[in-house]
Amino acid sequence: MRASVDAVWRLEAARIIAGLARMVHDIGLAEELAQDALVAALEQWPESGVPDNPGAWLMAVGKRRAIDRLRRLQRLEHKLEEIGRDLETQAPPEFDVPDDEHIEDDVLRLVFTACHPVLSTQARVALTLRMLGGLTTEEIARAFLTSEPTVAQRIVRAKRTLSDAGVPFEVPEGPDRAVRLSSVLEVIYLIFNEGYTATAGDDWVRADLCQEALRLGRILAELAPGEPEVHGLVALMEIQASRTRARTGPSGEPVPLADQDRGRWDRLLIHRGFAALLRAKAIGEPPGPYVLQAAIAASHAQAPAAEDTDWMQIASLYEILASVAPSPVVELNRAVAVGMAHGPEKGLEIADALVDEPSLRGYHLLPSVRGDLLARLGRTAEARTQFEHAAAMTRNAPERKILLDRAATLRDGSE
Amino acid sequence: MRFLLMTTDDNSGDTPPDEAMLVEMGKFIEETSKAGVLLATGGLEPHGVRITSSGGKITVTDGPFAEAKESVVGFALVEVRTREEAIELSRRFYKIVGDGEGVIKQVFGPGDDPFPGE
Repeated sequence: MRASVDAVWRLEAARIIAGLARMVHDIGLAEELAQDALVAALEQWPESGVPDNPGAWLMAVGKRRAIDRLRRLQRLEHKLEEIGRDLETQAPPEFDVPDDEHIEDDVLRLVFTACHPVLSTQARVALTLRMLGGLTTEEIARAFLTSEPTVAQRIVRAKRTLSDAGVPFEVPEGPDRAVRLSSVLEVIYLIFNEGYTATAGDDWVRADLCQEALRLGRILAELAPGEPEVHGLVALMEIQASRTRARTGPSGEPVPLADQDRGRWDRLLIHRGFAALLRAKAIGEPPGPYVLQAAIAASHAQAPAAEDTDWMQIASLYEILASVAPSPVVELNRAVAVGMAHGPEKGLEIADALVDEPSLRGYHLLPSVRGDLLARLGRTAEARTQFEHAAAMTRNAPERKILLDRAATLRDGSE
Repeated sequence: MRFLLMTTDDNSGDTPPDEAMLVEMGKFIEETSKAGVLLATGGLEPHGVRITSSGGKITVTDGPFAEAKESVVGFALVEVRTREEAIELSRRFYKIVGDGEGVIKQVFGPGDDPFPGE
């Protein structure tokens, strides 16, 4: 029974919390009320069985608690006789009551509120997973390799911050919207990447973060269908997730894109990714960073084999990306693409310009990329130094071995 | 985790589905697709053709088939977090369609051990 209640909760949590937040205008309080309803379910369902419409059941209990709570507050605020009259007439409550028709708007409001920029990134992630994903505090803690009290604290503080700041329960419009939306997308992509970087030995909850992020992205795409960047992010995640089976070798070592067995890519996810990208393009706005990254991922996905990769297209997509959302990591990727499209010399020019970049200090892919380009130019000794450098920086043991092997090959002079 | 939910009972003796049921089913499919849960769904012809490979020889026949009750006539591929979620979705499906029978099987993905304990 516990497991089926949990299943219902995970499917319904976002809608119930969102619907209740519409009534009480406070997502923290809404979540507490929803949790109360969940506790009631755990008490009653083992006796009565799971109701026909468990979501509606939970919502009804939550609503009743919300009305009790609001009446109690009113009683504190107004004179008793005034409120007494209201209660006796049993007039329909003057609260904004959740209904099926508006529930999707409410869920969208919940997304924007939980991802409000007034909160730290960590707090946004925790609130999002808890309120929209229906994850428990314990699951969030396990997924982010931290302790349960830390996450619980983080959530409590985040709720307080939201109510202290008087963040309204609404979907932002106007100039604010773009900033707020990018805050939402950042949270979802961060959750995805946390799962994507999980390794074989990790708790399964960690790897499941990819699924969670994909699910959140897909929901958001239906709630805000007119936002190309939402579809772009969904496309990017679908296509990246399609490589999950191919991107790690038998001993947990990362397998670079060029060496992946493309037969192991998940065609269903690639197909979904393409569909999402088409939806983004159909909106007809200049591509943003997520749409561009998705287009790059799609270009890779279209190549039947690594040697069929359209590097010209990818290099030009990186060029646009570098102008829309410049960052050292984008530059490094552009160096790789340009190196493939226009020769290692051109690629190395871009990579060399990054050597003094403070944010890439300790980033093993910089020397690794430079080593690769140098090797292709026949500058063997320099290439070897770069690979040894990269090997010393990475924390992934199998990857370190690959880099050291490459350095050793260069020492033998066979490359 | 992906699960394939299969309906094995074709209800061929029953009356055709009424309008209200179809509307409700349409809503259910739309909701679960929007929630990122339903990846694909479809109905299947009751029989199809049978293909057998034996000793390098491929045979295609029009039968024999198992009883209608055992033949898969519809499927939904869902992505959920637990087996219980898949069961809950299936429960909702049958609340709409009424009598019937089905099988729920996990579709193995990376990291799933098809033979746990071996």
